[in-house]
Amino acid sequence: MSFRSGLLALALALSAAALPASAADTPKHGGTFTYMIPADAPPTLDAHRETTYATVHATAPFYSVLIRIDPANPTSATDYVCDLCTELPKPTDEGKTWTFKIRDGVKWHDGSALTAADVAKSWQELVHPSTGVLSARLPYYTMIDTIAATDASTVVFKLKFATSAFLPALADPFAYIYKKEVLDRDPHWYEKNVMGSGPFIFKDLQIGQSITGVRNPNYYMPGLPYLDGFVGIFTPKQAVEIDAIRSDRASMEFRGMPPSARDQLVKELGDKIAIQTGDWNCVNIITANHGKKPFDDPRVRRALMLAIDLWHGAPALAKIANVRTVGGIVFPGSPLAATKEELEKIPGYWPDIDKSRAEARRLLKEAGAEGLTFELMNRNVDQPYKYIATWVIDEWSKVGLKVTQKVLPTGPFFDSLRNSSFDVTVDFNCQGLINPALDVGKFLPHSVYSENYGNYEDPKDIELYQKMLHEIDPAKQRIAMREYETYILDTQAHAIMMPWWERIVPMRSYVKGWKIGPSHYVNQDLATIWLDK
Amino acid sequence: MSTTVIDDAPLPQRSYWQSLMRFCQRQPLGTFGLVLVVIMAVTGFSAELIAPYNPTANDFAAMTEPPSWQHLLGTDQFGRDLMSRIIYGARTALIVGMTSAIVGGFSGLILGVGSAYFGGTTDLIIQRLSDIVMAFPLIIMALAVVAIFGPGVQNVIMAITIPLIPRCSRVVRSSALTVREMPYVDAARACGFGATRIIMRHMVPNVMAPFLIMVTSFVGQAILAEASLSYLGLGVQEPVPAWGLMLQGGAEEYASTAPWIAIFPGVAIMLAVLGINLFGDAMRDALDPKLRER
Repeated sequence: MSFRSGLLALALALSAAALPASAADTPKHGGTFTYMIPADAPPTLDAHRETTYATVHATAPFYSVLIRIDPANPTSATDYVCDLCTELPKPTDEGKTWTFKIRDGVKWHDGSALTAADVAKSWQELVHPSTGVLSARLPYYTMIDTIAATDASTVVFKLKFATSAFLPALADPFAYIYKKEVLDRDPHWYEKNVMGSGPFIFKDLQIGQSITGVRNPNYYMPGLPYLDGFVGIFTPKQAVEIDAIRSDRASMEFRGMPPSARDQLVKELGDKIAIQTGDWNCVNIITANHGKKPFDDPRVRRALMLAIDLWHGAPALAKIANVRTVGGIVFPGSPLAATKEELEKIPGYWPDIDKSRAEARRLLKEAGAEGLTFELMNRNVDQPYKYIATWVIDEWSKVGLKVTQKVLPTGPFFDSLRNSSFDVTVDFNCQGLINPALDVGKFLPHSVYSENYGNYEDPKDIELYQKMLHEIDPAKQRIAMREYETYILDTQAHAIMMPWWERIVPMRSYVKGWKIGPSHYVNQDLATIWLDK
Repeated sequence: MSTTVIDDAPLPQRSYWQSLMRFCQRQPLGTFGLVLVVIMAVTGFSAELIAPYNPTANDFAAMTEPPSWQHLLGTDQFGRDLMSRIIYGARTALIVGMTSAIVGGFSGLILGVGSAYFGGTTDLIIQRLSDIVMAFPLIIMALAVVAIFGPGVQNVIMAITIPLIPRCSRVVRSSALTVREMPYVDAARACGFGATRIIMRHMVPNVMAPFLIMVTSFVGQAILAEASLSYLGLGVQEPVPAWGLMLQGGAEEYASTAPWIAIFPGVAIMLAVLGINLFGDAMRDALDPKLRER
């Protein structure tokens, strides 16, 4: 064989080897995608007012947003792309004015044209909701002053102050664009009805059973969506979800499953199952009710923190619960997050657990709270809430604390949080996008941030937060964040951070075109999903 | 002419030991049940002495270990020793089972006898209220009570006790109605004794046989109900060792990878209820004059 013919043979062999791979990576059109939504039903269909994945997983395929995190790179904290806009603008007016151009030719599912007025009206309702209308993430938009449609294809956002938190806030996956005409007529219409401009057109909702959508033939993204339609099945029981994936009655669920479910499915289905994992911008927090003695004493709160061995507990818990990473108040790995060295300086993160627990005992004795007995309130959710509680109760017992657990269904649990009728509770902070400057708003007093349940007022807390939020130099903002974090976790011990969650999504291996992100709220419009069948 | 000699000498009194031996000989299955109940009671109440490990201590070096010499029944997902948790779980089962059965039983006894003795409007009201409570299956009624008052040991005991009361009351009332017509009750009334004395001294002792049988069966029912409520997440809460809770925590997630987490608590529940039921059946046979001589 000559050198030339040898080269040709090698080239042919390589081409042949490459062919199946490229064929497998070429999206195929068609098919109906069936997935599960691990909930009974969404409270309402209006994402502006809801905070649950049950709403987003059911309705995101029907709607467009102004900008979003890149669906091809959802783990990024900075990679934003346009959905309805034509390109991400550069701000003017020292970072306080943002002008967005809206795509031409976008149609609502009723056939009418979507204009900048619709975008402006939707954002006005999010930032300045009409009387009686709830906007669940209002604190995210504190920097926005006005929103106006200056012509049919231009929307201008004017900010009160420049901040790096604006663009991530704008990419909120709950910020659906609704039709102005509908909102003007009835701002509550979207709570019970669906009509968007997204990749799928609403077909049917069976309360507590399923939601279905069909392909939008007029979708503005060329070639998308790939699917003919989808069925989202409401399945609150994990055992049912596993059975459905195993029997291929459904292809996946997007929220995440515990390691045991992953192991079971991999064992039983082999290469028919694919697993995507990643850090989850979600964390459980132990919150003490500052309004109840002795939890009004920072020494007692710090002792609770010092008793917990996070560094050894996290890797062990990761084997049985969907938690993994030790972190501070900021999502680990994001630019504003503390490094391990920085964390280890904070009580509760010291590497020497014996020293920590000795200090915890000393503080409890000093505060007159030796052998303290109290009740830990928890939510009736297995993963990871109950696992976290079982673990910390045992950790606390090692410094002589006697703790019982009170588990409540979600409704009464939130009632108790809001009424401050608990000693200590398992709390949580889950966010849609990695936007640390706003995500840590959870640690502001309740009078400022309604989702804080510590029952305290703290002007210094607010002052440090505002200083960090208004800082636009990344290096200085990071320093300000460390100062704020140290105040929250050390000086006041307002919160005790548990290991950050890990997202584990088992899916049938024929499901392609979806990438896991750090939130179960993002990347849910299903436009890029295709079935390799 | 023949003379009939009537032997009116009293029957020899049997000692407790002799009575127990006689019971064991005549009721082998009941004896087996009694042995199970005694084992359960002894292990439950001396758990600190018997259990090899702290039942709530996590051991991340021994997570989901199969049965071995270190852990005879294996460990759960937190590395907790299953044998220790089952031993301590017996205490939880006994506390809930016995308290519910005794409180429910005695409440039902008082209501049942009182209802039978007073009759009339009192009887009517008590019986209609009993009908309302008994219209719901035990577990449904218990679920409703827990839903109102929340989970926890005390609330679980209350949740199980409430539906047991009318069940006991109904059975006791039917016996007490017969007793009420007995001449000695009329005699007591003629002597001017008060209702409380007649009920407590003359009626209650004569309905003890069905009452004891009911209470024994209630213990088994209450243990099952507690396990069911805990399995549903509405009973006692982690980290308290309880058999139903152990099933809930491990059975679903680790059924295929660590089946011992579900199997052993399940076996414990089965043996406890079997033992109590066998013992209850034997007691009924022993106390029932019609069945006693068979």
